[in-house]
Amino acid sequence: MARITAGLTTSHVPAIGMAVDLGKTEEPYWQPVFAGYEWTKKWADADPPDVVILVYNDHASAFDLSVIPTFALGTAASFQPCDEGYGPRPVPVVEGHPELAAHLAQSLILDEFDLTLINELDVDHGLTVPMSLVYGQREAWPTKVIPLAVNVVQYPAPTGRRCYNLGKAIRRAVESYEEDLSVQVWGTGGMSHQIQGARAGLINQEWDNRFLDLVVDDPETAASIQHIEYLRETGSEGIEMVMWLIMRGALGDRVQELHRFYHVPASNTAVGHLVLEPVD
Amino acid sequence: MVDNSELDDIPGTTVFTAERSRQGYHLNQMCMSLMKAENRDRFHADERAYLDGWPMSEEQKQAVLDRDFQRMLDLGGNVYFLSKIFASDGLSYVQAVSTMTEYTVEEYQAMMLAGGRSPDGWRSKSERPS
Repeated sequence: MARITAGLTTSHVPAIGMAVDLGKTEEPYWQPVFAGYEWTKKWADADPPDVVILVYNDHASAFDLSVIPTFALGTAASFQPCDEGYGPRPVPVVEGHPELAAHLAQSLILDEFDLTLINELDVDHGLTVPMSLVYGQREAWPTKVIPLAVNVVQYPAPTGRRCYNLGKAIRRAVESYEEDLSVQVWGTGGMSHQIQGARAGLINQEWDNRFLDLVVDDPETAASIQHIEYLRETGSEGIEMVMWLIMRGALGDRVQELHRFYHVPASNTAVGHLVLEPVD
Repeated sequence: MVDNSELDDIPGTTVFTAERSRQGYHLNQMCMSLMKAENRDRFHADERAYLDGWPMSEEQKQAVLDRDFQRMLDLGGNVYFLSKIFASDGLSYVQAVSTMTEYTVEEYQAMMLAGGRSPDGWRSKSERPS
């Protein structure tokens, strides 16, 4: 049977991807950011999973305003890096897992999560920056990826509770898949940041660190956080953190924290990162 | 009826609601068209003519011509879409976003390096000096 072996969360700031692509990771501004992922890269390299279900949001790259799916599952065999206006990132093609994706689609919809299914999807920095942070620069990614795109651009994003429950449903779906696959779930985006208006540049370190604690040890409380709190306390783009709760729901009630990192700033954003393992 | 009074109470913040998305639809879709190099070239060759090809309001067109990003937000723009304009101008997020604040780019960068803008005083309009 397939099983969920680990989960991680990470910010997906586009400038991090540019720093990787342009060879700037050792520069004084960026070195502390990448240092926070050194542990993770070793951990990831030692035992890459068969599949990562990668929860992220598109940033007006593959999706415009013509269709705005709340949850969209990538069911294709492969996903090309998007041209976000500067040319595509020089990263490998993301290979999908259409068989598991089809199983997830059927299981989750029958479990009352009405996903949009996408058979053609280019993936932007929201997905490829986490891949670069965890796996570095490679000729090919060492794992297959099923993208799960969440609308956090147009208000309202799905609630934290809905995301947490979707994560639980993903766990049920994965565990009902016959093939013996190791599966990780990654929740990306955040932490506090606001990139618009007179309040731009907002960072709330105290709130972010409390949220890191809650995601690990008290996800029920984390799932109860309302949109207005994310918006007031973590900036208009901090709402991306609801995506972390999909990861957390998929790991079960109790987890062991393997690694934690928090750093300000990367561009306009507070970088937060957790690596967690389920405790059965 | 949807009550957005709490969203509207956050100072210096324009939450991109379904209503704003409706108002800004053509502005944002115009931005999206700038993902293509040939459209960027046409836009920069004659911005007014390019904008006139879209069913945008005159106010929206003027805000784009003025690169007044706050005005674009007020008229239904979303920053991820507006980024296609400033990216085509060769500006980074930090460079463009800082124009909406009280700071110069250098001051804004210094604020971020010092830990960012504190939320204190920025949670509610009631906390702001009028």
